Amino acid sequence: MIDSLTPPDSLQTFLADTSAVAAQHGEEFDFNHLLEHLYDSRTLEFPGGHWDIPAFPPVQIGGLSIDLSITKHVFFLLLAAVLLTVGAVTASRKIRKNPVPTGFANLVEVFVVFIRDEIVLTTMGPAGLKYTPFILTTFLYILIMNLLGLVPFGASATGNISVTAGLALVAFIMIQVAAIRAQGLSHYLAHFTGGVAWWLWPIMIPIEILGIFTKAFALCMRLFANMSGGHIVILALLGFIFLAKSIYFAPIPVVFVVAINLLEVLVAFIQAYVFAMLTALFMGLGIPQGEGEHGH
Amino acid sequence: MFDINPGLSIWTTVVFVLLVLVLGKFAWKPLLKSLQDREQKIRDSLDQAERARAEAAELLKQNERNMAKAEEEYQKIVREARALGEKMREEIVAKAHQQAQHELQAAKEEIQRDIEAAKQQLREEVADLAVKAAGKILDETLDPARHRRIIEKAVDQLKHN
Repeated sequence: MIDSLTPPDSLQTFLADTSAVAAQHGEEFDFNHLLEHLYDSRTLEFPGGHWDIPAFPPVQIGGLSIDLSITKHVFFLLLAAVLLTVGAVTASRKIRKNPVPTGFANLVEVFVVFIRDEIVLTTMGPAGLKYTPFILTTFLYILIMNLLGLVPFGASATGNISVTAGLALVAFIMIQVAAIRAQGLSHYLAHFTGGVAWWLWPIMIPIEILGIFTKAFALCMRLFANMSGGHIVILALLGFIFLAKSIYFAPIPVVFVVAINLLEVLVAFIQAYVFAMLTALFMGLGIPQGEGEHGH
Repeated sequence: MFDINPGLSIWTTVVFVLLVLVLGKFAWKPLLKSLQDREQKIRDSLDQAERARAEAAELLKQNERNMAKAEEEYQKIVREARALGEKMREEIVAKAHQQAQHELQAAKEEIQRDIEAAKQQLREEVADLAVKAAGKILDETLDPARHRRIIEKAVDQLKHN
């Protein structure tokens, strides 16, 4: 396993890797060189070269030293944030000015209406409508990050477990906030006892606490695994070319790679949807639905 | 691959939270508001259209009712006028008939009167002529006054016959 924070000079970009592999013609092919493409690095690739981002000195918080320098994945998650902000604000302004949506505003509106009617209303009910902006941001932000991984020279930040952990942390907090706001703090805490006799509490409370963390952990792992999985398959298929050491073999893996890449477009949408859907669902579990129905 | 880089997680969390706050305020809230306004407007328009349709239907029904009423009234007026005309015709005819009868009666009476007068006159003239003729024939043997009485008696007898 390669440390994602190894210094830039020891890291090779994917292009550099392939040329290195070609240069080492005859030597054993090392798949790890290809996999490095998935890892975070301090190197940004662009057509015609690469740029090593300067590193910040690590920040000391208590006894922990945290490296906050801009890496490739930080760059792409910032890029996704900028794209989303510009797109969303533009669409919002256009829709406010012209009540009949056209073009780009129409595209954004499709997502907005879908999230509001199909995700928020069905999982949280009318009481959850105030969380629509959060679910919308979650869905579109993850979608854009996913799609950026399919652009040449791009990288999907969502294929990094540290990024999905950050996203899941926010989702986890929002799930608890939604439950506390809907039920009140005492009712929320009472929920941890599971409504069983007091002498079962020592068993019940740890299980319930584990339960709320499991949900967020599953969100984190699911997104990370799905987004890196497709890339690994593509890299493995490309690796066959180097194993075969023949240019005449190349078209076969390339056909498969194109197919997997198209599948990845689908997966990018599905995983963004699943993350947003499950977050809304977990939030909805904490919001009492209507009057007289189940209470938690 | 499974190593957690806390710096990256912090970046993600901060960017994500900022994005939620900024987009919530500047993009999604106004956008959702616009959508809701538009949906409300469409709903109102549909309601209004439905109301207008109901109103139009009600008006149509009312119109039909009015038409039926007008038709009925017209029929009634025609019927009444016809009856009145019939009655008037009968009256006029009856009156005319009566008048005719009356006039006929008057004419008959007048004729009768004329006949009576003519008979009287004829009687007188005949008496006169008879007296004159008898006088001439019998010369002056008889007193005209006596003579006249005799003749009148004869004429009266004649009248009674």
